[in-house]
Amino acid sequence: MKNILLIGLFVATVLCSPFVVSPYYATLVITMFGYSIALMGLNLLFGYGGLLSLGHAMFMAIGAYTVGVLGSKMGINSFEVHLLAAASVSGLIAAVLGALCARYTTIYFSMLTLAFGMIFHSFLFKFYNLTGGETGISVARPSLFGHAFSEISKTRFLTGPFYWYSLVLFLVLFALMALIVKSPFGQALRAARDNPQKTEFLGVPVLRVRYVAFVVSAVYCAIGGAILAVSIGAADPELAFWTQSGNIVFILVLGGLGQLFGPLVGSATFALLQDFLMANTQYWRFAFGALLAIIIVVAPRGVVGLLARGFGGRR
Amino acid sequence: MAFANVLFAAIFSAAVLFLVTAGLQLVFGVQRIVNLTAGSVYALGAYFGASAFDWVVVRGGSPLLLLPVLAIAGLLAGQIGFVIERVLRLVYERDEAFQLLMTFAFVLMLQDFLRAIWGAQPRIMGDLPDVYGALGIGEFRFPVYNAVVILCSLSIGLLLWWFVEGTRLGHIVRATAENKAMSEAMGVDTKKVTTLIFVLGSVLGTVGGALVIPTTAASLEMPSALIVEAFAVVVIGGLGSMRGALFGAVIVGGMRAIALSYFPEMEIMAIYLVVVAVLFARPYGLFGKAVS
Repeated sequence: MKNILLIGLFVATVLCSPFVVSPYYATLVITMFGYSIALMGLNLLFGYGGLLSLGHAMFMAIGAYTVGVLGSKMGINSFEVHLLAAASVSGLIAAVLGALCARYTTIYFSMLTLAFGMIFHSFLFKFYNLTGGETGISVARPSLFGHAFSEISKTRFLTGPFYWYSLVLFLVLFALMALIVKSPFGQALRAARDNPQKTEFLGVPVLRVRYVAFVVSAVYCAIGGAILAVSIGAADPELAFWTQSGNIVFILVLGGLGQLFGPLVGSATFALLQDFLMANTQYWRFAFGALLAIIIVVAPRGVVGLLARGFGGRR
Repeated sequence: MAFANVLFAAIFSAAVLFLVTAGLQLVFGVQRIVNLTAGSVYALGAYFGASAFDWVVVRGGSPLLLLPVLAIAGLLAGQIGFVIERVLRLVYERDEAFQLLMTFAFVLMLQDFLRAIWGAQPRIMGDLPDVYGALGIGEFRFPVYNAVVILCSLSIGLLLWWFVEGTRLGHIVRATAENKAMSEAMGVDTKKVTTLIFVLGSVLGTVGGALVIPTTAASLEMPSALIVEAFAVVVIGGLGSMRGALFGAVIVGGMRAIALSYFPEMEIMAIYLVVVAVLFARPYGLFGKAVS
């Protein structure tokens, strides 16, 4: 019941928003799609796999920079190519790093991912010609399915074609993630989180399962980062700093860790709250910190858990 | 004499890093929590120290009071650990990922706390290291203040070692770290022990920050930048190990000084390449114990 209500609410919101709300809020929804996609990846790794990464902002930055570098430096404008490149580059890097990181769990995993994230962050500063150093790189408007949409303004592009494009992308990736989580692989990942020894004895290759989750999460993060880069119009090294990795974990926990709708609810709540808080106070970080603390203590299942309780559903 | 200067800068960096990471290690050793607020309390100590010194000078205090004022300011600012630990206590029974996230929540809150009180502009104290003059051997000259900070860090390290190894309370702390349930059964109030250790860890951070402020600027980037270096130290040295903190601080401080003189933009990359190398050779750091 609660799922149907949630889905209904979601469908109504996303279908109406480009027509009803101002362009500003429509772009906010795109940001939400971008974060949702990235968080779905993080949710697979941390929510279902129990591996807390403090370096996944790196993979979002890889996605964002891929769009920037391909579009602004190499003159390739097709967003399909951007997405493919972002997913492959991120997947490849994760394939290498994952082989090293997936052997670790708990705090050691967090610290190793943080270490790689920081190496990437300083790489962005150092390789100025490719990345634009400290100022970053501007992200030009890409073409979608070969249409440049140069006849409409940037805002119209974002709230029109790009909005629907991101929505479809989000829905496809969401459905895919739902399948992954339900699959034997997803079950193995959860089992490995709850009891690695027992899972290993049952014949599940725990390391390989975690490794695959790591790579998939990186691909999702890169795609999310690519969408964010287009809606923001730029990519800069701050995207890859460790505090940003902490922030995306916060948004996930806010939504609901290890729940299918957690990423979506989290990024929606975050986008609206940030918009509201930033308009009303310059101390919005404090509010977020306090909120995170409260969520951790009283609502470990995040807003999704609160909603479920509110609807009187099963726990 | 460039080499002597780099060496001195390296030892100074290492001394400050050791103070902060000793706090991190204490807290991890006893509570198994990686305390991300270490960077925030370090910055708090720096800001608070600078303000405290201004306060003293405005009231006619001699600039020579620099060191004692900063030390006292650090001790006072560290009491914020009480507040943080009080909230952190709510999640002791939970998964360690949530404990880590709780400290991250405090990083966010303290960030705006610092901004609200001291503003977004970086704060510089001026050429204060020179209040105690400078010493030199040949062409190599160094401010006495920096040398005193190095000595302070060494003495605090020795005091900590004596506390943990030689005092009754230290034995209780070690017993709690080793086996909490057993310590409780023996009548130890482990809640008090964890509070004590967390506050002590915070004090080490704030004292470190207060002592370093005459030589650098306090800014809002300080917390996250320090965490990056402090993490490198504890990972290289091994989580929870005091010897590891010392050893890691020497490595990271040394690399930092070398990088800042010869290839500044590579500092973090160089440090973290060492971190990754160490993690592969010895997954639990040079002096760390494996945990299941």
